[in-house]
Amino acid sequence: MSILEVQGLTKSFGGVAAVRGVSFTVEPGEMLALIGPNGAGKSTCFNMLGGQLPPDSGQVLLQGQNITFLPPRHICRLGVGRTFQITQIFASMSVRENVQTALLSHHRQSWKLWRAADTHHITEAEALLYKVGLATQAARPSAELAYGDLKRLELAIALAGQPRLLLMDEPTAGVAPAERAGLMDLVANLAREGQMAVLFTEHDMEIVFSCADRILVMDHGSLIAEGNATSIRANPQVQAVYLGTAA
Amino acid sequence: MIASLIQLLTGMAEASSLFLVAAGLTVIFGVTRVVNFAHGSLFMLGAYIGWSILSRMPRDPEYFALGVILAGLATAAIGAALEMTLLRRIYRAPELLQLLATFGVVLMVQDATLHLWGPEDLTLPRGRWLRSAVVILGERFPLYDLILIALGPIVLAIIWMIFTRTRWGTLVRAATQDRDMVSALGVDQRRLFTSVFAMGSGLAGMAGALALPEASANLQMDLTAITDAFVVVVIGGLGSISGAYLAALLIGILQAVGIIWLPKSTLVLVFVVMAAVLIVRPNGLRGRKLTAARGEADTIASIKPASPSLKLAALATLAIAIAAPFVIGPFALSVLTEMAIAILFAASLHVMMGPGGMASFGHAAWFGIGAYAAALPVKLLTVSMPIALLIAPIAAGMVALAVGALVVRLNGVTLAMLTLAFAQIVWAVAFQWSDVTGGDNGILGVWPPSWAGPQAMYFLALSLCAGGALLLRKMLYAPWGFALRASRDSTQRAEAIGLDTQRLRLTAFTLAGSAAGLAGGLAAFTKGSVFPTTISIGHSVDALVMVLLGGVQTMAGPIIGAIVYTGLFDALLLATDLWRFVLGAAIVAIVLIVPQGIAGLAKR
Repeated sequence: MSILEVQGLTKSFGGVAAVRGVSFTVEPGEMLALIGPNGAGKSTCFNMLGGQLPPDSGQVLLQGQNITFLPPRHICRLGVGRTFQITQIFASMSVRENVQTALLSHHRQSWKLWRAADTHHITEAEALLYKVGLATQAARPSAELAYGDLKRLELAIALAGQPRLLLMDEPTAGVAPAERAGLMDLVANLAREGQMAVLFTEHDMEIVFSCADRILVMDHGSLIAEGNATSIRANPQVQAVYLGTAA
Repeated sequence: MIASLIQLLTGMAEASSLFLVAAGLTVIFGVTRVVNFAHGSLFMLGAYIGWSILSRMPRDPEYFALGVILAGLATAAIGAALEMTLLRRIYRAPELLQLLATFGVVLMVQDATLHLWGPEDLTLPRGRWLRSAVVILGERFPLYDLILIALGPIVLAIIWMIFTRTRWGTLVRAATQDRDMVSALGVDQRRLFTSVFAMGSGLAGMAGALALPEASANLQMDLTAITDAFVVVVIGGLGSISGAYLAALLIGILQAVGIIWLPKSTLVLVFVVMAAVLIVRPNGLRGRKLTAARGEADTIASIKPASPSLKLAALATLAIAIAAPFVIGPFALSVLTEMAIAILFAASLHVMMGPGGMASFGHAAWFGIGAYAAALPVKLLTVSMPIALLIAPIAAGMVALAVGALVVRLNGVTLAMLTLAFAQIVWAVAFQWSDVTGGDNGILGVWPPSWAGPQAMYFLALSLCAGGALLLRKMLYAPWGFALRASRDSTQRAEAIGLDTQRLRLTAFTLAGSAAGLAGGLAAFTKGSVFPTTISIGHSVDALVMVLLGGVQTMAGPIIGAIVYTGLFDALLLATDLWRFVLGAAIVAIVLIVPQGIAGLAKR
């Protein structure tokens, strides 16, 4: 069964149709890229999957379960992790405390009132930080991290929930070009190891073509193409969208 | 019908006065993003200066107009000086610190005014034209009120013209939207801000002078004016001038008509309407969601547990606190008891404001509810002290739960204003429901049982308050506290890892209310009485000052703040008549020199 099944998702803002009737599936363990020019509706689409925005119509099924109007925190509990276009972390905490807070929530211990939070799940937190390459930064205040490292930290926070599906909205935006491939290879490896599916939006085509198993292309709110790197590269409609047409 | 028409007109006159004060506040806020507590002080200065000018002039209308304009100009100059010496330095500080600094100015102006004009209310000898009336539908209606009614729309139109038809006005509107962009276009921000501040202050000053014929210049008018202006500005939408006029009309008419229908509840009515408007339209009638004032210092200091030296200092303080009653006199003991209670009061506010990220201007509400909830059962049902002290936090916590359920989804200044509104409602109930609460006379003779002398009460207060504060601290470092802090740092991220941010905030709100309620209950027994002043804005501000003074980012902050503030306050009270001035100056100096609070200073 598909991990995620999206059926006819539609959203308008005022008179502007941002997303029109988008349908696709995400399979276990796959890296699925959602691409398209600015304003194509990628982020709107993402925010409807994560529960941040209610769609006007259509539905989202997570392994057959309808999650369309659930709030983000319930969607998270069902095994969907996500990272944001502009990184969202807990700036008043150290790097490790960020992950510990996520682990406490995952283990449903956030309402405990006595034992100090930073004594919980230390090994698990450090293992996650090791995975994303932040092991040496664990004790640093997270507000001091470089932007690329913030992206890694956000990934570790999302992974703490042991997601079956990870939604990443522009995971490499703002990251130095040299670091991008490393970050996405890391995600791809995690996906293959853990049979976790990853749906991501991305503007860097090199990254998309090298990492994604499958690519969805959006333009003006609709899906216009779907396929692997080779077929997408050769698709005339996609070329028209990205390079413009003579007409 | 006729009576209500007259009431309507009276309400419209009242609305114009409200609008003049509020317009200045909202213009200043729109551009500088400073919530200027001292706006009421400028209003008061306008009234006093106006009195000094007008009482020396012939009592003709043209001289009156001249005097009002002169008072406005003088206040504008004072406002400009204030902006250049103080506010300019704190534009990038967190908004609560700005508020604290302007509150310091309020205290200083109060004492300066007292010193210059004396304690008596100053009434203006009214010329004949000021006493004349117009007959409307057979009823006599004061001519001056008619002038006021016209003045509101006239001033609104003038401001609108300035803002839409002049280059300066265009720049001001642009700066309201994005001040960094305006600056990038080569506009001198400093002059723009100073001129806006001067204009807003001038409006406040004119409003103060215009208030003279119907009231007197007195030393309480600053806080009354700022509360009214806040209400109007918040209902209208922060930064919106037309919104301010609409809101002023709403409040003015509501007050005038409400006095017929619900003579005893006008105070409550205004704040209920404000709460209702904000719950339905969180940005006010005409307000838009505020774009963040870019370039603001939004870094959140990371919180670390107490260092060994701080722990040692805490232990030493505790040891002194335990030994002290055996060597000091009764007055010093009462000061120490007050300090202990202040610690819990401040620590509870800190839970909301710091890790909870919910600013409150009305924390005295919970303190007051606790005090009355402890005192009333003692007086009415002769309940014993331990039970009363149990009722206090439970009652305050339950009310906090109910109020919190409505307001915790709101943020920033709006939430702060709603808490202020709620505190004013509680105050009004305590003040106006005199059959039960004793009204202004309060509840007297709430004494502890005979076994509990001043010393025993001190130890009770110390153990409950220090214990309570430590317990709160423990919880903030536990998973719940981290989850709460996570909700504050990034609501989106917190929800995305499965946290119920609203519920976390609600528990913090309830817990803070409950702890403040216990502090209030203790205060009732150690003072032997409860008065409505426990719930006054001044008392809420005390808590705010304690927290901000100590530093909002550490748990030690509010404790240090409570001790220093209570000590400073009592010492100043003894040492000088000018205690308000000195305290105000100290607050301003602290904001300028150590914006992270005293605890922040110790950390550096």
